[in-house]
Amino acid sequence: MNTLQRILALAVKELLAVLRDKKSRFVLIGPPIAQLIIFGYAATFDLNDIPLAVYNEDRSVPSRELVARITGSPHFQLVATIDHDGQIAPLIDNRKALMVLHLGPRFSENLKRGKPAPAQVIIDGRNSNTALLTLGYLRTIFTDFNIAWAREHGTPPPPAILKIRPWYNENLLSRWFIVPGIVGLLTLVVTTIVTGLSVAREREAGTFDQLLVTPLRPVEILIGKSVPGILIGLIEGTFILLMAIYWFEVPLRGSLGALYLGMFLFLLSAVGIGLMISSLAVTQQQGILGAFLFLVPAVILSGFATPISNMPEFVQQLTLINPMRYFLIILRGVFLEGDSYALLFNQYWPMLIIAIVTLAMAGWLFRHRMN
Amino acid sequence: MKPGAAKRMRLAGMIRKESLQILRDPSSIAIAFVMPVVLLLLFGYGVSLDARKVPLAMVVEQPDASTASLIGAFRHSEYFEPQSFDSIQTAQQAFDLHEVFGIVWLRNDFSRRLLAEGDAPIGVIVNGVDANQARITGGYIQGVWQAWLADYARRHGVKLRAPVMLEPRIWFNAAVRSRNFLVPGLIAVIMTLIGAMLTSMVVAREWERGTMEALMVTPIRIGELVIGKLVPYFLLGMGGMLLSVAMALWQFDVPLRGSFWVLTAASALFMLVALGMGLLLSVVAKNQFVAGQVSIVVTFLPAFILSGFIFSIGSMPEPIQWITYLIPARYYVAILQSLFLAGDIWPIVLSNSAALLVMMVIFLGLARRKFHKRLDA
Repeated sequence: MNTLQRILALAVKELLAVLRDKKSRFVLIGPPIAQLIIFGYAATFDLNDIPLAVYNEDRSVPSRELVARITGSPHFQLVATIDHDGQIAPLIDNRKALMVLHLGPRFSENLKRGKPAPAQVIIDGRNSNTALLTLGYLRTIFTDFNIAWAREHGTPPPPAILKIRPWYNENLLSRWFIVPGIVGLLTLVVTTIVTGLSVAREREAGTFDQLLVTPLRPVEILIGKSVPGILIGLIEGTFILLMAIYWFEVPLRGSLGALYLGMFLFLLSAVGIGLMISSLAVTQQQGILGAFLFLVPAVILSGFATPISNMPEFVQQLTLINPMRYFLIILRGVFLEGDSYALLFNQYWPMLIIAIVTLAMAGWLFRHRMN
Repeated sequence: MKPGAAKRMRLAGMIRKESLQILRDPSSIAIAFVMPVVLLLLFGYGVSLDARKVPLAMVVEQPDASTASLIGAFRHSEYFEPQSFDSIQTAQQAFDLHEVFGIVWLRNDFSRRLLAEGDAPIGVIVNGVDANQARITGGYIQGVWQAWLADYARRHGVKLRAPVMLEPRIWFNAAVRSRNFLVPGLIAVIMTLIGAMLTSMVVAREWERGTMEALMVTPIRIGELVIGKLVPYFLLGMGGMLLSVAMALWQFDVPLRGSFWVLTAASALFMLVALGMGLLLSVVAKNQFVAGQVSIVVTFLPAFILSGFIFSIGSMPEPIQWITYLIPARYYVAILQSLFLAGDIWPIVLSNSAALLVMMVIFLGLARRKFHKRLDA
């Protein structure tokens, strides 16, 4: 038998080991689909229907107009109209309302006389992100109101105005940011689990020693064990990719080839890490634990939900060894920014290095960690 | 021997056996005490939504005093790190390479229009790929612009006409630190993980070593077996929990405005839910490959994405909101965020604790019943 045949035989055996069991098969297909759909909709930073309470002591035309501008926006939903101070705290404390708008009794009088008319806004800061976003929406509404008011009453406009234009994601939909990330998230989870248990399973069953005394060379074992993980990852990744494009309608603007090159390198490094964990583990239990211990920080420190640039310097350095960090940049770059090979070069080679180092370590551990 | 005394003895023996096992095998102690510290340190510092020192490209086509004052306003803001570029083309190249997050572009007629008719446009381009970051950065840019306008008006003796003034007050977190909101949620995520890990190891180990059958032939009842397994791990988990709370308070300076005892009681309840979930998983899943996948699927990822720890539940579509009711971490996150930042808000504490109580009864009840089936089989 030549090398190729031997590797092929091992790869087929590995695939069968995973796919033969009905439950294992289901676990590879069912949860990722459910997760993709649930997380694709759940993981959003966009706010709609922010519960709002209004405390309007003024009740004149301009104040009503301002209130109407806010309640008419798709971001806000009026949940209560109140008439004294004491009602504010219970609404906010119990999370019935995220914000209370308070207009004093002299609001329209001040406005008509050209004096500054304050509009008090109380926001629940328990979730600092929604508080900041709510404030951002309000600022835009207030600026529009002021400009309209100035125009109607013949007062001069402000000397300079700000025009912010977001590129690549013009309507700032967080789904466009999160869904490509889920491609990376789920392929990483599936591949790490599949490979993380492959050596440990054989160790437990005692068949790994048998494998070592077959004519298969360690390099061939390594490749044979890598192929199923990469294959399953590629199929899984392709499926999620199709869902992202056709179900979630995220625009794919760049080169598909650049994306697949990234996915291949990413899977290679995930398989390397999985096999390394697996050859360190004596039991499958330890394999699962090891996969867990790798996956949790790899997901949280990848830039999936919170940007890497917000992290302190030493944590940012730490993310350099996380393959998911690079793949997320590739995914988002290809999907939204229309990147091609050249722009992504700096994301490819670190994953290649991670893959080479981890695969080499795994191969070395195969032989040197007997019992 | 009276039935009561026998029961106490069996239970005490079981708890003693489990405790000895914990003491002899330090891996569960490591999971309970070392993991929360490491994870909280890593994530407490790593997970942040506060943009700081955002690199901005500044393109000024005709520099003079007024453009210099605007650029200066960006330079003095703690949120930005402006870099000057000669032309919009070079700025755009840096933008494409992600060297800068946005571009502020003042065209050559900026100063003329500023002094003449007003409405001089300040063009800003931000990278919208990360929509949330783009929104927050946009908010900071608006802040700089408004402060500069007020300053400009003061220096030129013009009256700034901003008819309605927005006076925001952020309650519970006046400085809008994302850490104050994320660290309590992280405690919930980490405790979900630890609870599930501690217990999923426990039962599988007994099966693996074949000692489960030995346990089965002793007079111990199923209920006692479950309680005996839970008590030592519950105490371990609570130790890890206290450690996490202490770190939140002293390492991350998150204020605790509610009562410590309410926090402890709610945490104890959640710990039982997390342990119950882990126990159920380890009893139900026969195949370890399945158990591994399932435990990640049902513990870590939902606690991360569906608990309200980072993505707010109110913005999710209706059907997804119903699913979040099945995630125990959701209730605990709500309790923690209120207890830490707002105080003892009883309606929130009580309604969420009631939900946790129901989940605890369901998980432990199911685990006990599934245990029973195994005995017969």
